[in-house]
Amino acid sequence: MSEIKTVDARGLSCPQPVILTRQALDKKEFPIQVIVDTGTSRDNVTRMAQSQGCRVSVEAKGDQFVLTITKE
Amino acid sequence: MSSLNRFFTSRWRPIATGIVVGVLAPILVKLGNPGNMGVCVACFSRDIAGALGLQRVATVQYIRPEIIGFVLGSLGAALVFREFKPRTGSSPLVRFVLGMLAVIGALVFLGCPWRAYLRLAGGDWNAIAAIVGLFAGILIGIVFLRMGFSLGRNRAAPVALGWVMPVLMIGLLVLLVAAPLFGAKDASGNPTGPIFFSTTGPGSQHAPLWIALGISLLIGFLAQRSRFCTVGGVRDLVMMRDSHLFNGIVALIVAAFVTNLALGQFVPGFDKQPVAHTDALWNFGGMMLAGLAFILAGGCPGRQFILSGEGDGDAAIFTLGMIVGAGFVHNFNLASSASGPSPFGPAAVIVGLIVCVAIGLAFREPQTA
Repeated sequence: MSEIKTVDARGLSCPQPVILTRQALDKKEFPIQVIVDTGTSRDNVTRMAQSQGCRVSVEAKGDQFVLTITKE
Repeated sequence: MSSLNRFFTSRWRPIATGIVVGVLAPILVKLGNPGNMGVCVACFSRDIAGALGLQRVATVQYIRPEIIGFVLGSLGAALVFREFKPRTGSSPLVRFVLGMLAVIGALVFLGCPWRAYLRLAGGDWNAIAAIVGLFAGILIGIVFLRMGFSLGRNRAAPVALGWVMPVLMIGLLVLLVAAPLFGAKDASGNPTGPIFFSTTGPGSQHAPLWIALGISLLIGFLAQRSRFCTVGGVRDLVMMRDSHLFNGIVALIVAAFVTNLALGQFVPGFDKQPVAHTDALWNFGGMMLAGLAFILAGGCPGRQFILSGEGDGDAAIFTLGMIVGAGFVHNFNLASSASGPSPFGPAAVIVGLIVCVAIGLAFREPQTA
């Protein structure tokens, strides 16, 4: 089983979580897991990934959110 | 709620916030705030600096309740929706410096991005050069972001840290209401300060305290929910082709334009605009510096106050940098006046741009993707 690509975007200011996720999307190694720690980053990353035709599932883990991004 | 429904709702949030700000800001002018200054985060930071005696220009001193309301409204929304997350540690010192630089640029223009859009919506065409400058600053900032600029990560902080900024704002509200006078005595033996309120000029023009506070609590609440950002909107549109936040800016301008028309406050032209000058070059230059500083700090000044209300200690440091910086701006005679830029403002803008570029080049975060 190959390791899931993970983007750790915790604690970063706008728009760095989106930039890092976008860079990961461009490599097309799905699924991609993104860890963020604010609602703003969760929403921004989700919106960007959806605009790229990806599916995003969000799981809240304590104070953090784990976003799993897949491509149809 | 279906995902489509959720998407629709969230898509409308910045637009709704823009409309509310666009309608209420001209109403605040009608109720007494200076012209095209229903809301100006930079001007209001400057007035607060003046009220606290950090600068002693007698015409720009008042504790603006709008700023207090933004922070407390955001705090309320963050608590209700469980987004109050105290955090700090992302280069706070650099953010303080960026706050100082941003307010230098803003006060050379005479307005923050919010006021630039509000001035445009009031017919002040001098705002056009400033908005072009703002966009130029944002574009420069985007270059640094694409090169990997980062002020580093924040980390979770004790809950008490998140309450520091709201408590400071409550302290300001107490000083606003009490307006204590027990400072040094003037020539005629009357105590002056520690709180100074203008009796003439823009600082003396303000909407009734509790109405202004109520309106800004609402704006703070909505801005926290919608992530409304007058700089991020342009940034995201350019970088990601994402118009989500930019729609909020457009909504603000349109709503303010219509409201100004309805209230008889739309006065098109360049000359004799309220709290404004006609020097296009330094309207451009000032806002280019401000735009760059805001981008490097992650958001516009309104957004920084909103973030400080949801527990972001680094954003709070940026706002304090703006207030302290505003003191310096006037003490060093950098601020523009209705007659134009001061002799020293343009030089300060150039120095500020150099410092911002140095910051943009110097700070990197190792990539994790």
